[in-house]
Amino acid sequence: MSVLTLVSTKNGQPTKGGLEAASYGVALSKQLNSEAVAVVSGDLQDGSSLGDTGIGRILKFPSPLTDSGQWAKLAEHAAKLVGATAVVTSHDHFGKAIAPRVAVRLGAGMVSGVTQLPQENAVEKNVFSGKASAQVEVTAPIAVYSVTPNAFGVRSEGGTAQIETIEVEVGQAKEHITSFEPASADGQVPLPEAELVVSAGRGLKGPENWGIVEELARALGATTACSRPVSDIGWRPHHEHVGQTGITIRPNLYIAAGISGAIQHLAGVNQSKTIVVINTDPEAPFFKAADYGIVGDAFEVLPKLTAAVKALD
Amino acid sequence: MKFLVCISQAPDTTSRIAFTNGDSEFDSNGVQYIVNPYDEWYALVRAIELKEANGGSVTTITVGDANCDPIIRKALAIGADDAFRIDAKPTDALQVARLIADHAEKNGYDVVLCGKETIDHNGAIVPAMIAEMLDCGFVANATHLEVTGTTAKLKREAAGGEETIELECPFVLSAAKGMAEQRIPNMRGIMSARTKPLQVEQAEAPAQTRVQRFALPPEKGACHMIDAENAAELVRLLREEAKVI
Repeated sequence: MSVLTLVSTKNGQPTKGGLEAASYGVALSKQLNSEAVAVVSGDLQDGSSLGDTGIGRILKFPSPLTDSGQWAKLAEHAAKLVGATAVVTSHDHFGKAIAPRVAVRLGAGMVSGVTQLPQENAVEKNVFSGKASAQVEVTAPIAVYSVTPNAFGVRSEGGTAQIETIEVEVGQAKEHITSFEPASADGQVPLPEAELVVSAGRGLKGPENWGIVEELARALGATTACSRPVSDIGWRPHHEHVGQTGITIRPNLYIAAGISGAIQHLAGVNQSKTIVVINTDPEAPFFKAADYGIVGDAFEVLPKLTAAVKALD
Repeated sequence: MKFLVCISQAPDTTSRIAFTNGDSEFDSNGVQYIVNPYDEWYALVRAIELKEANGGSVTTITVGDANCDPIIRKALAIGADDAFRIDAKPTDALQVARLIADHAEKNGYDVVLCGKETIDHNGAIVPAMIAEMLDCGFVANATHLEVTGTTAKLKREAAGGEETIELECPFVLSAAKGMAEQRIPNMRGIMSARTKPLQVEQAEAPAQTRVQRFALPPEKGACHMIDAENAAELVRLLREEAKVI
């Protein structure tokens, strides 16, 4: 018996989502008294970071796979090879394309976006865009879980992993990636993975005023985001829009300046661990969802915060 | 080109969230239902735009009971040509995917479009399951779609950027922001939607998961207000109390 984690890689290393999923897989394998195994394709140069999460055995497919159908065939083969009763992956663009396919191939029950280990035959996930949670039971013999980014964390167990090559017929690729365009030139962490986010809305009055937002983000090592009206009128790029119809995020810290906190915006950010709201209007609904609040002008408060962050050692 | 758009109903974003029957079911009392925004704004509208540009047909499919009919009529009013409703009360993603895939297999479509997730269960599972059941290519969180002949070019959100992907029809996608702009149905659309075909089919499929119970999140404590003059205090609290920086 084992728990199999599907790990995505980039530039020869596991992605952060992949390491978080591996940490979840290791913790789940301890709960189930079974072996923690990972499967990767091609692009893995060394297994040390996966070994450190507590994965003991890595099954490596010799060539890199990007096609979701091929990956699903690899994962199915690996799951059967190691007798997996649970398959774990990240709830990001990798897991969303592959995990449901694996569930179909294995006849498994799937729960997406889990944040904690299963307890008493049920696993918790957020529903209604973070306004409620559900305890979901998998009624099939095999479970597939995808783990919400930045929820479980990467855990260091200090182990080492053996890499074995795995051979399986995966058929022809149907999806062909022809190009990749980075979203931001300045090396920011992508929003769904970001631990720190600085966001701003219409209260900033115009795109030319975003310098103070970017400066605070830079000082913190944070990623910038924005509200829907701001991306709709073109002040900021679409990929920065967090909220109901944009991206859902779960950072450790979300700082919102000049955003009133409409319910659609909250739906995208209400799972953030700490929320800071800066708004001139003391009645702004966002303060009800905030941990810390400042009633004040973003134009004055943000530079002060930047200076205070820079003054930290 | 035949497009199939998967349409789900979802409670309006501003709905009060409450549960009933021992917290095992969503309390739909007084809840206004809408077309799931990702299905409507992105998947449906892009399919209609492509049909308008290149010809073809846009069919919608919904798994649900007769309470879904108003949102199906709305999709027809926006511009879909016809609709199917699989008359079932689904409890699980696999069930929904199976019922849609069986319909798609029987009727043959070039492109199956879904929203990236529903705003009630936030699953993002059904689209890739349909692709697997139909043994075809899949793109999650697609932000752009062009079709030339039988070849499609898509963009998708990927870690830190946008990937361009090419694949052959038939394929399945889940749509995210960027793919199209919301369309408000006009009076002619609303009138013609009343007479467009909405066929109801009976079918069943097994579920592999079950929601035991729902819960509302714990009440958030009061917001700690800090004087605007003392922004440095906030930075101290973020480091020493919240421990996030």
